[in-house]
Amino acid sequence: MTASHREPSIKRGVSLYSFQEEFFLRRMTLEDCVAACADMGAYGIETLAEQMMPGFPHLSDAFYEDWHALMAKYGTVSVCHDMFLDTKRFKGRAMTDDEQVESVKRDLTHARRLGCSVMRVLMFVRPEVLVKALPYAEECGVKMGVEIHAPLHLSHPWILRYSEVMDKEASPYLGYVLDMGIFTDHYPPVMLERFRRQGATPAIIDHVRAEYDRRTLSEYVINDVREMGGTPLDIAMAEVTRHNLWSDPRHLIEQLPRIVHVHGKFYEMDEQDRETSLGYEQVIPVLREHGYDGYICSEYEGNRHIQDAFEVGSVEQVRRHQRMLARLIGEPEVAHV
Amino acid sequence: MFDRYIVVEDTLKDVPQGTQVGVRLPYYRGLGLSMVEAVDVTVDGVSADPAAVSVTLGDHTYPLSTMDEEYDAVWNFGEIGTVTVAGLHLAPGPHDVRVRLQLRVSYLPMKLVGQDSKTLELAAG
Repeated sequence: MTASHREPSIKRGVSLYSFQEEFFLRRMTLEDCVAACADMGAYGIETLAEQMMPGFPHLSDAFYEDWHALMAKYGTVSVCHDMFLDTKRFKGRAMTDDEQVESVKRDLTHARRLGCSVMRVLMFVRPEVLVKALPYAEECGVKMGVEIHAPLHLSHPWILRYSEVMDKEASPYLGYVLDMGIFTDHYPPVMLERFRRQGATPAIIDHVRAEYDRRTLSEYVINDVREMGGTPLDIAMAEVTRHNLWSDPRHLIEQLPRIVHVHGKFYEMDEQDRETSLGYEQVIPVLREHGYDGYICSEYEGNRHIQDAFEVGSVEQVRRHQRMLARLIGEPEVAHV
Repeated sequence: MFDRYIVVEDTLKDVPQGTQVGVRLPYYRGLGLSMVEAVDVTVDGVSADPAAVSVTLGDHTYPLSTMDEEYDAVWNFGEIGTVTVAGLHLAPGPHDVRVRLQLRVSYLPMKLVGQDSKTLELAAG
């Protein structure tokens, strides 16, 4: 039996981060965001407490009761809480390790109360801090997933430090959250078009786009742009290539047992439900064939690249992304998305 | 990332203590006030004295001069704070309002700076 004949094991969800434009402008409430997800058959909900749950970390019992009532109303489940760690909260000194561990525990408690099985950990949180918080994560039943986010990748030296610790700890409660941004196949057109509106030089736009597709080293592209007489804006456009990269999806196979969650980062879905820059078509088959059975949560990040010129329509963008995910995951019927 | 929404339309007001304008943080999450390092306000090309600037969130007003010690107050995501420049009184009509915010975001090595300027109309009293 081939993978395509099995029931899909990958589950679809949405990070409410996707609706940040509408929430910021008070055009959607938290409930509106959840309702939009359920309407697309995306029943896994990922949240950023510090974005849409004002009052965090001092949320009342009533807040959590309301949250669970909201999940029940729409048939959704909490899957992931995205934590932050304000190590620079105090002017003039960094948080001590003990303070950092307490902050991580605070977030684990919140994740548990929401009903999440995963907590996204920013990749600047030091492995030693996570090891100290690990017994509490195990007690909470919440997996801590360090986010592998571009320009880092699965075998970047910074990430290898975590892998070494994970080998040593051998706990299912410490792993990775994979961000799809590490599979940037083409320079995102929404970013290039924004640079064009700001006045970037057309010939240089074409050059940077072509060199990204050739996988040319960023430093060389930036140097080319300088030699072409690029303006500071042209150079800034070339510097974006430092923060994006294409990784080999096959490198996922080795790390797959450690991947507890996937951020379906995306910048732009076209009218054919295809992402215009990221390698979903190449990556999802690898996740399927090798048995990834967690969530992929849509994480729309295109708003910031178009809001200067266009009305942002996050719900429609996420809907297209969900249709693409349903197709690539192999859901038998995608018409409901 | 939300720079264009920092200065809020239709919020310029003259009040007994000075001039007020609605301001939002440009960041994608709420941030503790101790990490808001600067709220630079310039009206018609004249920079306000930081000692005269305060931010009101909900029922609380925080002078800029002591904001770096506000460890519990949070400027929520998308929340419109009221920035007051004490002692500044403007004539009715259009005014160029410029706000620059500097945020200390823990996972970034550099400061996060956002700025916006808009022409706001001050209604005749």
